[in-house]
Amino acid sequence: MSTLTQLTVLGLANGAVLALVALGFVVIYKATGVVNFAQGELLMVGAYLVAAFLGVPGLHWVLALVLAALAAATLGIAIQVLVLRWLVGRGAVSVIMITIGLAACLRSAVQLIWGTVGQDMPANLPGTAVQFRGLGLPNAIVLPSTQLWAVVLAAAALVAFAVFFQCSRQGLAMRVVAEDQQVAMLMGISVRWVFALAWALAAVSALVGGLLVANISGVSIDLADFGLLVFPVVILGGLESIPGTVVGGVVVGLLSAYASGYLQGQVLGLSLGAAHDVLPFVVLVLILLVKPYGLFGQAQIKRM
Amino acid sequence: MLAPGHRVSDRPETAVGRRPLVYLRMGLAVALVAAAPLILHTLGFLGLVREAFWLTVLCQIGIAVIGAVGLNLLTGASGQISLGQGGFLAVGAYTSALLVTRFGVPWPVSMVGAILLTSAVGTFFGLPSLRLSGLYLAIATVASQAIILYLVKNWDAVTHGVGSVVVPRPWLLAIRLDNDLAWYWVIASAAALAVVTATNLMRTGIGRAWIAVRDQEVAAAAVGVRVGAYKLLAFAVSSAYVGLAGALTAQYTGIVTWERFTFDVSVLYLAMIIIGGLGSVSGSVYGATFMIALPAWIQQLGQSVEDTFPVITAKLPAVQLGVFGLVIVVFLIFEPRGLARTRQRINVSFRPWPFRA
Repeated sequence: MSTLTQLTVLGLANGAVLALVALGFVVIYKATGVVNFAQGELLMVGAYLVAAFLGVPGLHWVLALVLAALAAATLGIAIQVLVLRWLVGRGAVSVIMITIGLAACLRSAVQLIWGTVGQDMPANLPGTAVQFRGLGLPNAIVLPSTQLWAVVLAAAALVAFAVFFQCSRQGLAMRVVAEDQQVAMLMGISVRWVFALAWALAAVSALVGGLLVANISGVSIDLADFGLLVFPVVILGGLESIPGTVVGGVVVGLLSAYASGYLQGQVLGLSLGAAHDVLPFVVLVLILLVKPYGLFGQAQIKRM
Repeated sequence: MLAPGHRVSDRPETAVGRRPLVYLRMGLAVALVAAAPLILHTLGFLGLVREAFWLTVLCQIGIAVIGAVGLNLLTGASGQISLGQGGFLAVGAYTSALLVTRFGVPWPVSMVGAILLTSAVGTFFGLPSLRLSGLYLAIATVASQAIILYLVKNWDAVTHGVGSVVVPRPWLLAIRLDNDLAWYWVIASAAALAVVTATNLMRTGIGRAWIAVRDQEVAAAAVGVRVGAYKLLAFAVSSAYVGLAGALTAQYTGIVTWERFTFDVSVLYLAMIIIGGLGSVSGSVYGATFMIALPAWIQQLGQSVEDTFPVITAKLPAVQLGVFGLVIVVFLIFEPRGLARTRQRINVSFRPWPFRA
């Protein structure tokens, strides 16, 4: 029973982080039409930025987080303004490939600046161990506070983004651009600025995700591997759907957590111990075969 | 005779009107490939390059050419993005290696087996292409990469799991293929075969149908091209080339491990055909050469300054990765149609050469 609870919390924590990373992915896709293969690298860079600013002696952690977020937003804007601006109107292959190229550049930059050895997150974030007693459970369950924080903070960040899209002028502008770029231009919205804003938001949401993951598992290059897990999440939810990212993130997070806890042994000589890595992708293929545009995605209509 | 105001077209020339030149070029290419070891030997003798190192690089280039030609048929010609190249290479490599080590099959037969199985697996993972295109298909192929790599890593009974499969050095007639020079001839022949078949395939109805599917799917269907069938055919044919490349990797390196077939490899191959030129067979050759030779050159450069700057050794992989990323970004922005286009541009500027500046 306690295993189930722990796995559920672990799954929710991972799922919340995945939802945050996927949110950035979907925001970029909706606003600019770019499929961002560098989302995992943005998460990694975010984690390193947070670690770097938290490591500055004498800097209050709130200020450190704000500075890190500003740095990430600047990076996002720079990517749009310096690189992606040139690729407006190009085919899917080019756009995908340039984000892959950017991913390689970011990974290389991180390795050159911070080295290849992983590090721990500076331990000056507030946090306490959380114990659950009662609740009809036989034993007290000790849950790592970092995982609970991840769930709570990710949920808070997702709500904040939702409020931003629904209630602010900039959020409205972004929704208009996602709906119809020409109409947006006619309404006097700067599409360029919205594109840059989308990248800034994606970088910041990836940074929050990176902060939460790195707080659990440390800061390393491997954090970028989260980037590929974004795909099952967004396919599950649909490439265009922001609520879909939450559903997709939680489903994928729980699925791999339960798989890592319960799938063991061998089937036909195939060991299942690592099945939690691949299960999201199996689900992805199945969904694509049955419901090609995800649970909440818009079907693409081909025109000549 | 050019009419007044007529400008020299920069569209690719068809081979038809310019046959002698085509044969000249083909002859030059064959001569260059045949003379490469000799040139390398001379340069090595003069102490300009490390011969053994670059001969290995040449072999790697040859294998990459086969894989890139295959991927370009799928992505360049028929317009379907594949990020599952690494997985398909793994299928080819493991099939060939296991057929030889477990079942004692002669290695050329094992290669045929690898080609057939990879083709079948590729077609299976191409099935989503019947309903998806563009971005969704790219994501589906990422999944195929993850799934194949998982199987290869964890199917202990078949693939020895995370361990490696050691392949005995094969014999070709009376020659034992245990050195890079012998392998160079085998790989170069295979690569030449791949280039020639792919070039000719692009001129047949099949190649034309792929281009039609790529450019206007609905229009292609309207003029009677069976879109679904040709998409799957593109996956099958492309994967067959990739299977050959994988099998050659297994036989050439003599050891098969999963680390050779990660997502990074898929990305590398996609980068090759984009930097070489999408849809162009010669572009695949340029791209494969460039993307294999460049990191090798950086490595050499790094090692040569190692004594003066000892820090550089640890940073070398990061530098290689950064250059890889920058090359992709720069090419996509400034030369989106790749090295094949660069060569065309040079050709065009030289055509009126003695008569115009």
